[in-house]
Amino acid sequence: MTPQDGRTVAALCAERAGLRVDADKEYLIENRLGPVARREGFGSLPDLLQAVRDRGDERLAWAVVEAMSPAETAFFRDPASLDLALAQVVADFARRREGDTLRIWVAACGAGQEVYSTAMLLEEQAPIGVTVDLCASDLSDRRLEKARSGVYSQFEVQRGLPARRLVRHFEKRDDSFVVAQRLRQMVRWRRVNLLEDLSPLGPFHLVFCRNVVSSMLDSARNQALANLKKVLTPDGCLVLGLGEPAGDSASMPGQPGVYRAQTGRRAA
Amino acid sequence: MKTCLVVDDSRVIRKVARRILEDLGFEVAEAADGADALAWCATAMPDVILLDWNMPGMTGLEVLRRLRQEPGGDSPRVVFCTVENELDRIREALAFGADEYIMKPFDGDIVAGKLLMAGAL
Repeated sequence: MTPQDGRTVAALCAERAGLRVDADKEYLIENRLGPVARREGFGSLPDLLQAVRDRGDERLAWAVVEAMSPAETAFFRDPASLDLALAQVVADFARRREGDTLRIWVAACGAGQEVYSTAMLLEEQAPIGVTVDLCASDLSDRRLEKARSGVYSQFEVQRGLPARRLVRHFEKRDDSFVVAQRLRQMVRWRRVNLLEDLSPLGPFHLVFCRNVVSSMLDSARNQALANLKKVLTPDGCLVLGLGEPAGDSASMPGQPGVYRAQTGRRAA
Repeated sequence: MKTCLVVDDSRVIRKVARRILEDLGFEVAEAADGADALAWCATAMPDVILLDWNMPGMTGLEVLRRLRQEPGGDSPRVVFCTVENELDRIREALAFGADEYIMKPFDGDIVAGKLLMAGAL
C-alpha cells in the first residue's frame, strides 16, 4: 500500500461520510479493505484503490467507505446506559401518552446487536398498550443485510448477551443462533448517512447513536449531531457513547452520553 | 481475593481458564472431575465455579444438583463452560441453578463478560 492509497481512503471517507481515517494506519486500512478487494475480484488492495481513482465507480467508492465506518458492537453494550435511557423514555411516554406510538431509532446499528438488545428490553419492559416503532439504520448495506437476517455466530451471542436472554429470544439453526421472528418483525431497516437530511425519518422519542460521532471529523460531527437533534420530539432523548460529547448540549446528570432535546427537563 | 474452582477433565482447558481467571484477579483451584469438585467444595466453598458438562463419572449437571443441596452450596456463582451448545441444554443448566453459560471455544473477553453477568466480578 502506498501513501497515495492511504490518502485516497482518508479522502473518500471524509468526503462521503465525514469519517476521520488516519491515512498512515496501514494495518487498519488493509485489515478492513483487504476483504473488499478480494470480494470485488481485485488482486490486491492497491489494485482496488487504483480502480476507485481511475474509474470513478460510485459503488466501489462506497464499498470502501462502508468498510471503514465503525463496526464494533456487541449485545447490551453499556447496559446501564441502555436500560436507564429506555426505562425513562418508556415511562415518560406511558405517562404523557403523546400520540399512539413510541418511536425509537437505532442509528448506525452495525450488525444489529444494539437494535435487537433494544427490542428484547422493549418486549420485556414496555407497558402493555404502548405501541413501538423501532427503526434501525446503518451506512453499510452489507451490515444492514446481516442485521436484518438476525443470524449470529456462537462467538457473537456470547458477547454481552446473558444466557437467559439467549434461550428466550433466539432459535438455534445449525451452528448459528437466530433472533426470534417476533423480534425481527419489530424492526424497520434502512440505509442512512447521518450527514444527509434526516427529517423525513423523524420525529423520535429516543435515538441511539453510540460510538459513531467520535469517529467523525469535527465539522461532520457537528453536522451529524445537529441532524440527529432535529429528529427528536420536543422532549426526546439522544443517547451517544459513554463520554461522547454532543456539541453544546449537557448530558443528563449521572448519565454520561444521554442528552435531552430540551435541557433541564427530566423524565418521570 | 475471590476464589474460582475450575472443573474440567481437560488439563489444557484448566490451564487456559486458570490464566484468564488469574488475570481477572481470582485465586484459582482445579478439579479434574465431579467427585473432586464436590470434595473441594466440602472443604472450602469457592466464590465461583467454572463447570464442564461432560466429564468421566459425574456430569456437570449432577455436580451442580448435588452442590446446591449442600450447606452453603447455594452461594457459589456457577458458570457452565462446555461444548454443549443446544438451547435446551442451556435451559436445563439454568433450571438446575446455573448462573451463566459459556459455550466452548471461549476467550478472555467471553469469560470476563459472563462472570460479570453472573455477578461474579
